[in-house]
This record gives sequence, structure tokens and C-alpha cells, in this order.
Amino acid sequence: MLGFITNRMISMVFTIWAVSFIAFAIIQLPPGDYLTTYVAQLSADGDRVDPAAIQALRDQYGFGEPYLVQYWKWTVGLLHGDFGRSFEWKAPVSELIWGRLGNSILLEGLAVIVMWLVALPIGIYAAVRKYSLGDYLATIGGFLGLAIPNFFFALILMYLSFIWFGETIGGLFSPEYQNAHWSFGRIVDFASHAWAPILVLSMAGTAELIRILRANLLDELKKPYVTTARAKGLSEFRTIMKYPVRVALNPLVSTIGWLLPALVSSSVIVSVVLNLPTAGPLLLRSLTSQDMYLAGAIILLLGILTVIGTLISDLLLAWIDPRIRFGSK
Amino acid sequence: MVSETMTDIAAPAVIKKPVRESQRALMWRRFKQHKLALVGLWIVAAFYLVALLAEFLAPVEPGAYNPRYTYAPPQAIQFISSNEDGSWAFGPYVNGYKSTIDKKAMRRTFAIDPEVKIPLQFFAPSEPYKLAGFIPLSVKLFGVSDPKTPLYILGADRLGRDLLSRLIHGTRISLSIGLAGVTLSLFFGIIIGGFSGYYGGWFDSVVMRVIEFIRSMPTIPLWLGLAAALPKDWSAIQTYFAITVILSLIGWTELARVVRGRFLSLRTEDFVTAAQLDGASDWRIITRHMVPSFMSHIIAAATLAVPGMILAETALSFLGLGLQAPIVSWGTLLQDAQNIRTLATAPWLLTPGICVVVIILSLNFFGDGLRDAADPHGR
Repeated sequence: MLGFITNRMISMVFTIWAVSFIAFAIIQLPPGDYLTTYVAQLSADGDRVDPAAIQALRDQYGFGEPYLVQYWKWTVGLLHGDFGRSFEWKAPVSELIWGRLGNSILLEGLAVIVMWLVALPIGIYAAVRKYSLGDYLATIGGFLGLAIPNFFFALILMYLSFIWFGETIGGLFSPEYQNAHWSFGRIVDFASHAWAPILVLSMAGTAELIRILRANLLDELKKPYVTTARAKGLSEFRTIMKYPVRVALNPLVSTIGWLLPALVSSSVIVSVVLNLPTAGPLLLRSLTSQDMYLAGAIILLLGILTVIGTLISDLLLAWIDPRIRFGSK
Repeated sequence: MVSETMTDIAAPAVIKKPVRESQRALMWRRFKQHKLALVGLWIVAAFYLVALLAEFLAPVEPGAYNPRYTYAPPQAIQFISSNEDGSWAFGPYVNGYKSTIDKKAMRRTFAIDPEVKIPLQFFAPSEPYKLAGFIPLSVKLFGVSDPKTPLYILGADRLGRDLLSRLIHGTRISLSIGLAGVTLSLFFGIIIGGFSGYYGGWFDSVVMRVIEFIRSMPTIPLWLGLAAALPKDWSAIQTYFAITVILSLIGWTELARVVRGRFLSLRTEDFVTAAQLDGASDWRIITRHMVPSFMSHIIAAATLAVPGMILAETALSFLGLGLQAPIVSWGTLLQDAQNIRTLATAPWLLTPGICVVVIILSLNFFGDGLRDAADPHGR
């Protein structure tokens, strides 16, 4: 197990390094550099531009130096928690992103939990009662869940809630709870807002999980050990839950690896539609205003978040499946 | 009697030749068994036909605006009209609008006026245009005889533009960007995946790591980051191609994986070894022996990749970082429906989203059917 973890850790470090390289490339993509924009903005605001301060910034970020030197200075800054400055918000990037990133993680985590909670019983039911009405409904729902773009689903939800309840859904908290500490009231308030984004975010993943679980379980149900368990007089419920479901779950855990990137992706766009205080709208805004250090930091952190999530799912898989732990491929 | 039997025996016994169906016929037969795939095929074909004939099918120009009809609701096409004297007439028409100005909301509200009938005309004359860019025509499939009368079968948008016409033109852009993106991805995928699978070795390991890496990244942030760097002053055509390239920069991985897998499994087949022993060049072995044997699989995989491309374009344009204003695509159309006030006034602006759902479902079913049919002997 230890060897497996070390192995995965090393490959994760390499992946994160690659993510940082891409994030930096995106920072560098737009024409002009950050400092020129910054100086132009300072003078436009009527602030006096202090040449010494500008020179200090120039040295700190390595502007005008080769690409790799700039990248190096940027990464060294990252390791000290310095993500550069956002010229639009006139604040260090690190001050802007953590709270929003926390909201992203919270929503995505909840969406993963909801996916599993919904997909498990439905998937098991669809496999055990194959070709029943419920199975067909699950299949149709699954197809629709995969075909409806998440932002379109969010729009429809917004429209329906407005038409039926006269309420606009959006945001994560009511104004009075915006900056409050966590309390029972805030949790209730959060739940009354968060159900919509969580529903939208978990839809596609749930559909996919149901499909995979159903297929896996159908394969397992045919196997002789199920007949044996039944023949020995185990109740039908225990027969299914104790053996085939446990086997069918393993490939499902490994799907988190690619479910997570899709989830992070869709949370960006859904957050824009539903106006959520997560990293998504901030990313979009920073990109449209070419606030590249902020954008780069968000892309980097979303990437790292995904990599860590995938690592967790891998470790989880290794923990429940000895075949992976002991390295037989 | 006797003589007859004699001739019977003398006649050469007809040996029934075994009917051997071509691979293509087998595939088609297999494909037809998948009813949903067949339905999908027809819907996809219909959509692409609409895309091809966009100028002819769209009753008005996609950019033609008329501020008098801001957010005018959809008109239903009716066929039977009753006149005041009780007589009946048959012929397609739509009703006009009664508009009142809502002083409080500062906007016009529309109601369908059943008294006013605007007859629809098939093959209505129009300004001359070039169908698909090269067939000169000056007639539309249908339209109104008097260009001043309103025709908004799917409703109007903020500028009083006809949603139906825009949707038809958007179909062309959204569907073609799906095809173009997949073609480009296929190009990268076949070259990179082919090299990787055929030669193996360190190149293969590097490519596989790169593919794994790209697939483990959230795509929308990356796409947004790349799309945001496009110069704002680029022309519509330039942006269109740039977006296609950006989509395929990430989209090639899946196709490369499929191609690589096929190459790996075929590399050790006897017929490939035989060709190698015959001294055929690598190029000849790949193009003449290997590619034809898995082309159908590649086509199926490519079909299944089209929905992803369409979704990605829609999402990018919806966020405002994909295709830009003068280009009409499903994504840019949905951009108009972003806030709840607009939605509450004009829910018909969501129609492009329904098109997205329908085409994605159809392409998925069609692709599933193709995938099964690609291997007609399997299962």
C-alpha cells in the first residue's frame, strides 16, 4: 500500500507541475504584459507611478526576461503563496480566490455525494429488475441526463422556479447570511439555495453512474457465486448487497477519475448561470478583462483540485480493492 | 412421365451458390436492428439538411431586425380560416399582433390578434442570395407576401429578429463546427495515435502520459483560457477556425486512444506480419492493410465525438468567449437567454437549447448504432 501511495504521489507531483506550466502559458497568451497594463491603469486612475516600485515589480516577476525565467519566478512565488496581483481588483490574487475556491469545493463535494446516493439505489434497482418500468425510466432519464447541457438545465430550472414559485434561484446565501459564521440558520439558508446547483451539477454524473453500475451489476448477477449464495438460503436482499454489488462497485469508484474533471468543468459554467460565489464566475470575469494572474491562478488551482480529487479516488479504490493495492494489473 | 424424370436427372443440379453479403451490407443490416440508431440517423440527416439549405429555409435574414417587435411571442401556423360570412378557406396563415405599451415596465406587450390574418406563401420571392454560397436563388421556402407584416413563428428576440431564421442559420454554424472540430481532432488523433500504436516504445509512453494528463484536466477552464487569448479584432471566419482549433486541441485525445488501441491489436495479426514479410513499406501496411480494417470503428468513434464538440462550442459561446456576435450559433443564441428577466418575458429564447438536446441524443444513438454495426459479426 505504501509503495502504491508513493508511486501515485510522485506522478501527482509531475501532473501538478504540468498544470502549472499550462496555467502559466495561458497567463502569457494575451499580447502585452501585466506590468504595462498595470502602469497604464495606474496612470489612467491619476495615481503617480513610482519608477522604483515598478522596477521592483519588474524584478519580482521577471518581466522582459526569457519565458522560463519568468515561469521560474512565478512558481517560486506560488510556493510562498504569492499568486501575483489582480490589477482589476487591485489586490493580491491569493486574497480573492480562497473563499470562492472553498465554495467550489463544497458544492462539488456535495454534488459527488448526491450522485452516489441517488445513483446507487437506482442503478441496483435497474439491474435487479431488468426491463421493468423502473429500469426503462432510469434508462431514459440517463440518456436525457447526459444529453441536456448543464447550463441549459440550470436555465430551465431558473425559469420554472420563477414561473411556479415566483422566486429567482441563484446565489448560495441570502444577503443576511453572506458573511455570517456557520450556524444552524446559515446551514438552512445554504440548503435552500444550494439544492439547485447541486441538482444541476450531479445530473450528468448520476446518469453516467447509473449506466455503469447497471451494466457492471448485470454482468455480476449472472455469475455462479450468486446462485450459490441463493442456494445456501441467503435472503435475496443480502445475496445481492453482500456479493455482486460489492464487486460491481469497484469499477465505479475508478470512474471518479474522469467524473471529477467533468464536474469541475460544469461547475464553472453552472456557477455563471446561477450566479454562485464560486471560482467559475471569477475566472470568466478575469478572462474577459484579461486579468491574467487571477485567471491563471484559478485555472491552476482548479487543475490541482481535480488532480487531488483523482488521487483520493485512486487511494479509495486501492483501499477497497486489494488487486490494485498489490499491483497486479 | 418417364422421359420427364429423365430430363430432370439429366439437367445439371443447381447448386445454390452461398449468398455472401458484402461487409457493407452486413453492417447496414446490423445497424437497422438498432431502431433508435435508425431514428437518430434520420434526425441527424434532417438537421444537416437544414444546415445545408439554411438560406432557403429561413424566411428572413438572420440579422434583419425590427425594434417594433421586441420580444414578440411565437405565432402558430394555422391552416383553416373561417371568414366573417361563415365560409371556410384553406391555406396556411399566421395571426398578427395587438401591441399595447406597458407604461410601467416601459415596454411593449404583445397579444395574438385573431382578427388579423397574414397569409403565408410557399416559394415566396425574396432578395437574391446564394444558396450554400454558390447557387443563386431569389426565392424562399415560405414567407409573407408583404415584407412589412410580421412573421415570427418561434418568436422574436430583443431586437425583434426572427428566432426561427436565426435558429436555422445557427444550425449551420453549430453543426459545422462540430464536424470541423471532429475532423481536425481525427487528423491529430490518427497521426499521433497511429504513430503511438504502430511503433510503440518511448513515444507511445510519452503520448499516453500526455493523453492521460489532458483527460484528467477540467476542459472548460482550459478552453476558456485559450479562447480568451484570441484577438478581439479577428474576423468572424478567423474566430470560427480558431475556436475549432481550440476545441480539437483537447478533443483529439479520445480519438487518438481509439486509433492507438486498434493499431496495437492489429499489429500482431497474421495479415500484417505477412505484409511485413512481403517487404511492404510501413506506409503501405498502414494505409492499405490496417486502416481499412478499422475504418468503421474510427467512424463510429468520430460520430460519438461530435456531440462533445457541439456542446463545447455551445458552452463557450454561451459564456461569451466562443463565437462572437455577428456569427449566429446555438450558443450565441442562448446567450440572449441568460438572465431571468429576459426568460420570464421571452421563454421561447430557450428553443436553441432544445435543438442541442435533440441533436445530441440523436448523434449518440446514431453513434451507438454505428459502433455496434462496425463489428457486424460480434455478439
